[in-house]
Amino acid sequence: MSDIVLEARQINKSFHDPVTTRVLSDITFSVNRGEFVSITGKSGCGKSTLLYILSTMDTDYEGELLIDQMSMRNKKEADLALVRNQKIGFVFQFHYLLNEFSVLRNVMLPGLKLKKYSEEEVEHRAMQKLKMLGIEHLARKKANLVSGGEKQRIAIARALINDPLIIMGDEPTGNLDKKNSDIVFNIFQQLTEEFRQTMLIVTHDQSFADRTERIIEMQDGRIISQ
Amino acid sequence: MINKLIISVAESLLMARWRQTLVAALGVTFSIAMFIALLSFMAGLNDLLDGLILNRTPHVRIFNEIKPSTSQPIERDSVYANAHHFIHSIKSANSRQWLYNSGAIIQALKKEEQVLGLSPKLTAQVFFNDGSVEITGVINGIDVNAETKLFHFSDYVVAGSGADLTKIPNSIILGIELAGKLLANVGDVVVITTSKGEQFPLKVVGYFQSGLKEVDRTQSYATVGMVQKILNKPNDYITEIQVKLKDVNQAPALAKKFSKIYETDAEDIQTANMQFETGSSLRTLISYAVGIVLLIVAGFGIYNILNMMIYEKMDSIAILKATGFSGSDVNKIFSVIALSIGIFGGIVGLITGFVLCYIIDHIPFSTPSLPTITTYPVHYNPAFYIIGIVFSLVTTYLAGWLPARKASKIDPVIIIRGK
Repeated sequence: MSDIVLEARQINKSFHDPVTTRVLSDITFSVNRGEFVSITGKSGCGKSTLLYILSTMDTDYEGELLIDQMSMRNKKEADLALVRNQKIGFVFQFHYLLNEFSVLRNVMLPGLKLKKYSEEEVEHRAMQKLKMLGIEHLARKKANLVSGGEKQRIAIARALINDPLIIMGDEPTGNLDKKNSDIVFNIFQQLTEEFRQTMLIVTHDQSFADRTERIIEMQDGRIISQ
Repeated sequence: MINKLIISVAESLLMARWRQTLVAALGVTFSIAMFIALLSFMAGLNDLLDGLILNRTPHVRIFNEIKPSTSQPIERDSVYANAHHFIHSIKSANSRQWLYNSGAIIQALKKEEQVLGLSPKLTAQVFFNDGSVEITGVINGIDVNAETKLFHFSDYVVAGSGADLTKIPNSIILGIELAGKLLANVGDVVVITTSKGEQFPLKVVGYFQSGLKEVDRTQSYATVGMVQKILNKPNDYITEIQVKLKDVNQAPALAKKFSKIYETDAEDIQTANMQFETGSSLRTLISYAVGIVLLIVAGFGIYNILNMMIYEKMDSIAILKATGFSGSDVNKIFSVIALSIGIFGGIVGLITGFVLCYIIDHIPFSTPSLPTITTYPVHYNPAFYIIGIVFSLVTTYLAGWLPARKASKIDPVIIIRGK
C-alpha cells in the first residue's frame, strides 16, 4: 500500500515585505503512507516556510497542495482547522504545551476538539499514548512542571491523539540534548515501523536526517535532491 | 456553538490569571453595586421629595377662583357682533368663593371611575388671640378620615391625634410653629377671632408638622362642620374639593373635564407642581449617567486585561490553532472569558448593591422638617437590578469583542516562526 497522503504541486511563495523575495520555487513532491521523510537544508532555505504551507496554517502561496487527495485551495479557515485537527499532528521545536493545563489535558485537547470519541474515551486513549511513550506517570502534572525532553514526548503524544494521517515536525529535536534527541528519534522510528505512521520532519540536524528513510534536501527555496 | 471544551479552555485561561480576573470582575462588581446604590438612593430621595409635596397635594383641585368674567355684556349684543370692543378697567366681580351645589358635585365625582377618593375642604382666615397680640392664621376645615386616607394627614400630626378632631367638639390641630408662638399645649384652649369679629374658644388636640415652616406657621385644622360654624355658613358651604385619582397621569385631562362639567375651576397636580416633575427626572437622568459611566470605565478595565491576556497567551492561541481550533473557536473562548467576568462581577455587584442599599436604608436620618422620615430613603426597584445585570453583560461583551477578534485573527505561523 503506497498511496499518497500528501502531495505538493509546484508550490511557490514570495514574501512581499519590504521587497518581493521569492522563498519557495516549484516545490513538487509527494509523501506516501508510512514513509519517514525528513526535509533538510541550511537555515533560511525555506524549509520551515514550506512546512507551514504543508500544514495548512499558511495559505498565502501559489500552486496546489493535496492532503489525503483533497485540495487545500479555496478551503475556508474553519475547514482548514478541521483538517489540521483530524489529519495532521504537530511537533514543534519549542514544545508549545498549554501551561494552564495538566499533561493529560494537553494531550486530550485535539481529541476533545474532534469529538469523535466521548471524553472518557479520549482520556483513555491519551493515557495509552502516554504509556506508549513511557511518560504515563506525568499525566496529572502541570505542563510547565516537566522537563524539556518530557515536554517533547508529551507533544508527540498530543500529535498522535487523533490518529493523524501525517505527523509534521518542525525541528523537533532542535532544542534537545543528544540523549533526548535519540529518545525522540527512536519514538518516531518506532511509530513508522510499528504503526506505519507517516512522518514529515523538518530538521537541520544531518545525523537525524541520515537515519530517516528519505531525505528531501532544499537550497534557496528549491528542492535539490529527494 | 459554545460547547464544554470552549468553556473549559476559557476557564483554565481565567484561572491561570485569577488575580487579574478578580480585579476585572471587581471593577464590574464595584460599578454595578454603585449603579444600584446610587439609583436606589436617588429614587428614594425622589420619592421622599415627591412625598413631601405631591403626596399631600390633590391630583385635581376643584374650586372657584376670583377672576374677571370671560364674557362681557357687550359681546352678547348681536348689534355689535362684528365690531371690535374696547373695554377698559375690567374688575373681578364680587363672585362667590364657595362651590355651588357642592353636595351634588361630590356625589357625581364619587361615581367617576377614575377617582380614587375625594375630600372636601374649606378655609377660614382667622386671628389667634395671644394676650393682646393677634396672630393671623388659617383654619382648614377638613374631613379627617378622607384626608388621612388620601393625603396621609395623620402622618403629620406629631402630637395628639388627628382622630380627636372628630371626637372632641370645638377642637383644633395647630401647626407646630403656630402652637409655639401661642404657647399652646395639647389640651389647652386657644381663642380665635373671625373676620366678622366673632370669637370662638377651641381646644387644641394636636400639633401638625408638614416639614414646610411657612405652612406650620399659619395653618391649622378643624373639621368641616367646625369651620362652617366659625364662618356662620350652612353645611353645604365648601370652597374646595380635593380629588385623588387612580392614575395621576390622567389629572390634566380630568381637570379640564371637571372644569367644564361643573363650571368651576380645576387645577391638576402637574400644572401646580411642574418644578417637582422636572427635578425628579433630572436627578434620575444624572444618576443613570453616572452609573453608566462607571460601567463603561469597568468595561475599559476588562478590555485592558483581556488584551494583556492575549499578548501573554499568544503561544497558547497559536498552539490551539495549530492543533485544529478555528479562529471562531478562539473568538468564542475569549468572549466566554469576557462574559464570565461580566456575569460573575455583575451578580456579586447586584448582591453588594443590595447590601449597600440595605445599609443606607438603616442609617438614621432625622430632620425636623420631615417628621415621618427616620432613616435615609431608599427605593428598592427590581428594574434597577435588571438594568444593572443587562448592562454589565453588554459592556463586558463589547469590551471582550475587540480583543476576542484580535485573538481569532492571530496567525499561528508568525508566532511559531518568531520563536
